[in-house]
Order: sequence, then structure tokens, then C-alpha cells
Amino acid sequence: MSKLILKNVARRYGAVEAVADFSLELQPGEFVSLLGPSGCGKTTTLRMIAGFMPPSEGTIEMDGEVISSPSGVVPPERRRMSMIFQSYAIWPNMTVGENVGFGLQVRKLPRAEIDRRVDKILDVVQMRSLKNRYPAELSGGQQQRVALARAIVVEPEVLLLDEPLSNLDANLREEMRFEIRRLHDEFKITTVYVTHDQSEAMVTSDRIVVMNKGRIEQVDQPQVLYGRPKSRFVAGFIGRTNFVERNGSTYSLRPQSIGLSVDKPTANGVEAEVVDRAYLGEHWDYQVRPLGDAKPLRVSTGPNAIFEIGRRVWLEIDPAAMVRVE
Amino acid sequence: MTVSALPSTTVRAARTRRFDPSWLLWTAIIAVLLFLVVSPFLQLLVTSFKSDKTGAFTLANYAAAYGRDRYVQALINSLELGACSALLAGVFAVPLAWAVSRTDMPGRGLTRMLVLATFITPPYTGAVAWILLAGPNAGWLNRIFVMLTGAESGPFNIYSFPGLVVVIALYSYPYIFIFTTAALELVSSEMEDAANILGAGTWRTMRRVTLPLALPAILGGLIICFLEAIALFASPAMIAIPARFNVVTTQLFQFFGNPVRVEVAAAYAMPLLVVTVLLVVVQRLMTRRQGFVSLTGKGGDRRPIALGPWRWAVFGYAMLVATLSIFLPYLFLLQAAFAKAWGRGFGLDNLSLKNFHFVLFEHATAATSVWHSFLYGSASATVATVIAIGVAYIVHRRLIPFADAFGFLCVAPFVIPGVVLAIGFYAAYAPPPLALYGTAWILILAFTTRFLPIGYVNASAAIRSLNPEMEEAVRVLGGSRLLAVRKVVAPLLKRSLLGAWLLMFIPATRELSSAIFLYGPNTKVVAVMIFDMSDEGNFEYLAALALILQALTLPLLWIGQRALGRDFMLRRSAT
Repeated sequence: MSKLILKNVARRYGAVEAVADFSLELQPGEFVSLLGPSGCGKTTTLRMIAGFMPPSEGTIEMDGEVISSPSGVVPPERRRMSMIFQSYAIWPNMTVGENVGFGLQVRKLPRAEIDRRVDKILDVVQMRSLKNRYPAELSGGQQQRVALARAIVVEPEVLLLDEPLSNLDANLREEMRFEIRRLHDEFKITTVYVTHDQSEAMVTSDRIVVMNKGRIEQVDQPQVLYGRPKSRFVAGFIGRTNFVERNGSTYSLRPQSIGLSVDKPTANGVEAEVVDRAYLGEHWDYQVRPLGDAKPLRVSTGPNAIFEIGRRVWLEIDPAAMVRVE
Repeated sequence: MTVSALPSTTVRAARTRRFDPSWLLWTAIIAVLLFLVVSPFLQLLVTSFKSDKTGAFTLANYAAAYGRDRYVQALINSLELGACSALLAGVFAVPLAWAVSRTDMPGRGLTRMLVLATFITPPYTGAVAWILLAGPNAGWLNRIFVMLTGAESGPFNIYSFPGLVVVIALYSYPYIFIFTTAALELVSSEMEDAANILGAGTWRTMRRVTLPLALPAILGGLIICFLEAIALFASPAMIAIPARFNVVTTQLFQFFGNPVRVEVAAAYAMPLLVVTVLLVVVQRLMTRRQGFVSLTGKGGDRRPIALGPWRWAVFGYAMLVATLSIFLPYLFLLQAAFAKAWGRGFGLDNLSLKNFHFVLFEHATAATSVWHSFLYGSASATVATVIAIGVAYIVHRRLIPFADAFGFLCVAPFVIPGVVLAIGFYAAYAPPPLALYGTAWILILAFTTRFLPIGYVNASAAIRSLNPEMEEAVRVLGGSRLLAVRKVVAPLLKRSLLGAWLLMFIPATRELSSAIFLYGPNTKVVAVMIFDMSDEGNFEYLAALALILQALTLPLLWIGQRALGRDFMLRRSAT
């Protein structure tokens, strides 16, 4: 049975439709990301799941029971969920230990049990030695770990994360992505993760929901989303791509799927000229214009494939790599 | 370093040696600070230890000041009064602050406005209104009570310790309101959401998360209220003296009567000063503890808590507080101001404009006193603004060594109650060679010192927000530091400086507690005038004059709100 089911959920603010016709089923233990540009409705969706706002239309079910509908919502405190906020929302008046233990106190666990569980989870996030510190004395990354521990220690039915890494610097962000996935693999909590960063979503998620202007564009595993984008928006939002018009249809062609060589390939060869290039260390980023075409294509090659600007080259385009998009 | 590689080193040396004229200005500002802050304070200390006759060191003044039981009792009364008023003010302010800043109570803007109206009502005006309302027998509340119940007499008596507590609390609760709303506005909704989603309901969240976060600010507000109450002169003078008890400030006033015993007053004022200094330190430590501030900026938006049907109950409470502090007092002040005799009620035949005509055109000094208040107020606000901006600039740009000490001097008067400050000024500048007593100067200087902390805190915040690179750009292009201040700093700070000026000017126009010790026959200010009228029992004239003062304040408020936003007045003390 599905853990969480959203059926035709919509949310309107006056005349503005923040979320429209949103349907999604999450399996128990699944990690799903809501990915999209800012203002696409992903945070609104998350807050509806959390119970902070009712949907204008549609229902949300957990374990087969309706918890949100336009006529009423189970309040957040009775949903057995956890959430990690963009600002972390660590309470500055409580120590690390008190922050993490709060949810267990609310659940009226005995003192000793609370201590045991708090210590255990602080070990997991490597914060045990800072248990008696106040949040103001912690770094951003440490606060983030406290937020994670506080959310996980109550063993929630569903874990919600609202852009939890957006306040961290680049290195820490990369580290925390793997940390979040590791914790998920350890505790198997059904998770909904909101982000506008595609690599965050790719690293952490089983499935990604790409959203645009309040609507779902595509729901798939990361590799399917990248390899087989259904819409122009998805192809452009996930990774870089070239859009090619053929016979009145638009195709997405990834820069990595194009071959570049001096010699004419055996098949699917197109003669072209190097227009511009940039060296990025791990690869070359070329702009190559097929002869007779106005628009150059982006082509990625390994760091050793060096072609001067203005040079005549051959592109090798496998038709199977061209994905038709709407 | 390869400076020698640069050409024309001799020219450079000559340039660096040239005198920077801005140093003159800085020296002047420092001299002024010594004159305004350090000297009166030192004189206060010295006088308290100096024999009146011989000028030798003595402890006799302290013996005289605390030699009688009733003098000691006045001190105890002050402390009790401060504690009770602060607690009652907390009862008024905290629910209002929470409702206005965190909930969906209707009329939040209205409530804020009414708190502002309370804030700009001078305590003496409030006290007079409450004498009209709850004076024994003649007070309106008593008359209404008698009318409704047919009883012999009404139960209210403003001339009592509880009466004084109520009147002080009603007009000082805005301080707690300001502190508490400022703190609550720093608590992001996500902090509360986080408690919600972990299973805590609205009340538990408030108890465990919201209130603890605001608690240091609430306690800080209580302390400020306490200090206001013990430093207040007017309300105790109008209410406590008829009720036959004294507090420190009224006792000080008596030491200042004929003959003036300034050395005894100085000694008697010391505990007030010590208590104030200690509590201000406590308050600062408390609001600083554990970094009780919002930790991150992002995602810190706030959504109001839905109160459901309770919102009307909370709104009712807000209106009850406003009824006590604004609606009833102003209703009966208006009645008195437009009445031939206030006791004759609301009948049309009792309506008259004669009170306004009298105070504006017939009374010998009433109209002049208004003029004096505005003149001295604007002079002192201007001087204080210049000093504040100068010192704040020196401090933040670290132009001279020990600059922080001058910043400290600017905020130091904050811990000196108005009456104590006045005694210091009297001790320092009434005797020759300056002999300023009775002149406008001593009032202007005292007001400048008294309100300088407000100016400094505002100027300092404004300069901190200014990137020094903007001035460095002026200097790189060949401008001097003074030019940078004139052409870049001052224009950029125009609004903030106007705000600081108004925040000093408005209270200066209604200042009583320092003026009452320093005015002379030709320098009466409006607050003193009102105080005298209450002494004579001329409530109709008094009400008219008090309303004129309030009406004159309104355009200033309007200008301030245009320049600085709706809340500028209510934000001032929180900084």
C-alpha cells in the first residue's frame, strides 16, 4: 500500500494558482524530490503535506486515511511527521540536547529513554560532544545536523525537507547531500525533499517530481529524467541540452551524446565548424556550427580532445540519442 | 616595503604633516561631552560629599538625607511603586504585544495606533485625566457608580498607592510593548512550525518556544518600566502628596524647596542612581545572553497564528486597555477643556471655548510656556543630533584612540533619572562662574544631555549601516574627511537624522522631571505650567493646555511617519 497519496491537490491564493492538479503516490521508505524553479509551487505542496495549510482542492492521504481536504486538515502536531526548515528553526533558547529531545518529550517518553535516544541520534550525526551547547555557538553545518537529528529522532512516518541546504556553502552542501541520503538509507523514512538544485535532487532521490508553474512536468527516476525528458522544460532544467528542430518536432540532444572528431565518422556524420570553446578542467565545452545551419550546438568532450576555433570538424549524432520533447 | 621607489617623497611628507581641520571639530565635540555629561555627574558626586558651609569633605549630607524614617520610607515607597507598576504594565503589555505581532486578532493596526497614542501622552496628562475620572466623590467613575447603584459614595480613590500604580502602569506599558513586539518579531514562524510538526500544539508551542524566546525582552521591558516609575516626578507629585505619602522624587523636590539644600538632595539621589545603573546593566546582560536573536535570515517569514473565536476575546482585552489609557481619559479631558466647569457634565449649556481663549491669550505665561518648550526642545534636539552624529562617526570609523569611551559617554545619561540629572546640572552650573540658573541655557543643556542617548543610539545604527567605502571613494578622489561627511554621509543619513531629531524633540517638549528643578520665572516650560495648574486645581485650563500640547505634537508625528515609516516612534526604545 502507498504511504502517502496526493490526489488532484490544488492551492489557490485569490486568483493565483500556486499548485494545480498535483497527484503523486509515495511508497513506504521512498525518497522523492520536488524540483523546480522558485515560485513553482513546491514549498506550497510541502506545506500542504505538513498540514500547515489546507488544499483548495483534492485530498492527501496517509496510510489510507485522509489527512487533508478542503473541508478540513489534521493539524501538523497530530500527523506524526517531521520537517526540516530552510532556516533550520533551531530554538536558540534550548541546548542541542533539548532541541533534539523536544519531540520525544511531547510524546511523553520516560526521561531515561529520551536521553538514550537523543545520545544515539547525536552519535549518528556526529554531534554528541556538542550536546550541551546552545545553537548560537554552532556553525551552519552543525545547526543543520541538529535539525536533522531533531527531525529523525521521533521516527516520523514521513520526513519533509524544505530546501534544507540552501543556507550552506558549496562544499558543505555537497557533503550534506550524501549525509541526508545516508540517514535515509539507515532509517528508511518516507521522505519528501524540496529543492531547486538539480544535483541535490539527483544525489538524494529515488524519484524526482519536476514542477513548473504549479504543475507537474514529469515524475521519474533521476537517470530516466535525464535520459528521457518528456518536455522542453524538463530537458532544459535538468542538465544542459541542445534543442534541435526536425520535421516540425523538437528534440533534445545532450552535449555529451554528440561525437566530435577530425575524421568523418562511418555513419551519422555532419560536417561543422568550431565557433567557440571553453576549457573547464574536467571537460571541454565547444560551440560547433553544422555547415549550413545558423545555430551552433553545444558539445562536451574529454579534456584531451583539443580543436582550434575555426577548424572544420565532424559531428557524430546518434538518432537514438535524440529525444523528442513537447 | 619599497616606498622609496615612489617619486617626490618630499611632497608626500609635507602633505601628511599638514593639519587636518576636522581635528578641530572632533576636539570641540569632546569638550562639549565633558561639559554636558562628565561635569554635571562629577559635580553631583562631589556636592554630595561637600559641606555646605566650609566646602570640606563630609558625610553629613548622607546623614541628613537618611536621618529620618520618613525619608527612608520614601525610598521604600519608590521601590514598591516601581515593582507594582512594572508588573501591572506587564499584564497590560504582554498579551497586547503577542496579539499584535503574532496572531490574527482584528484591529492590530488600530491597537498599535492606540499604544502609540498612549506612548505620546505625557504621564502628567494621564494623571490629571485620572484625577478627573477617579477622584474621590467628584470623579466621574464614582459619580456614575453612585448613579447606577444609588450608593452613598463611589469605590474609586485615585489618591492612594494603588491609584498611583494604575496611573503609572497605564502610561508606561508601551515600553514593555515595544520590547516584546520587537523580540516576537525576531521569532520566525518556522521556529513555531518546527514545534508543531514535532507534536506540540499552539499553547505548548507558545509556552516552550515563543515565550522563552521573548522572555529576556519582556523582563528587559519590565526593568525599564520599573526605572520609569521610580524616576517619575509628575504623577507622584499630583497623586502621592494628596494621599500623604512620599516617594524619592517628591522628597527630592522638597529638599529643593526653600531653602535649597542641593547637597542633601545630591546625597539623597544616590540610591536612585545606583539602582538605575545596576538594573540597566542587568537588563543589557539579559537581552544579550545566549545570543537570543534570530539565527538565520532566510526563511524567517512570519504567519499569524489563527485564534479562531478567541480573537474577539483578545481584541476585547486590547480595547479594554485602550479604554483605560486613551478613550476614557481623553473623553473627560475634552469635556473639561470645553466645559465652563468640568463638574457640570456634558450638557450643551456647559460648552465653552473660554478655556482655550484664556490659556492662549489671557493667561500671563501659558502661551509663552508652550513657545519655550518648543524653542528649548528644538535647540537641544539640534545640538544633541550634531553631537550624536559626530561621536557616532568617530566611534565607528575609529578616528581617534579610545573613541568607544566617548560613545559610552553619549549613552551614559540614559541611566541618570531626570531629577538626578537636574540636580547635577544645578550643582555644576547654577553657582558662579557660569551662573546659568534661571536662564534658558541650563534647560537647553540639561535637555540635550537627557535625550542625547536616544540620538546616539539612532545615529550609531545609521552609521553602522553605511559602507565606509563610500567615503573612501570621496577621499581617493581628493576630498577631505569633512567633505565626505558633508557630501556623502549627511545626505545619506538625512532621514535617520530627522528621525533622531524628532525622537528627542517630542519628549523634550513635554519634559517635566528635569525642568521642574531648573526653570526660572522667565523660562517656564509647558510641562511646568501644567503642573502648576494642577496644583491650583484649574483642571479646565489645564485640560485645554494639555490638549493644545498633544495637538501640536500630531504634525511632528506625521512628519516622522512619512520619513521613517509608521512605527518609528514605537521602535525607538527597543534599539
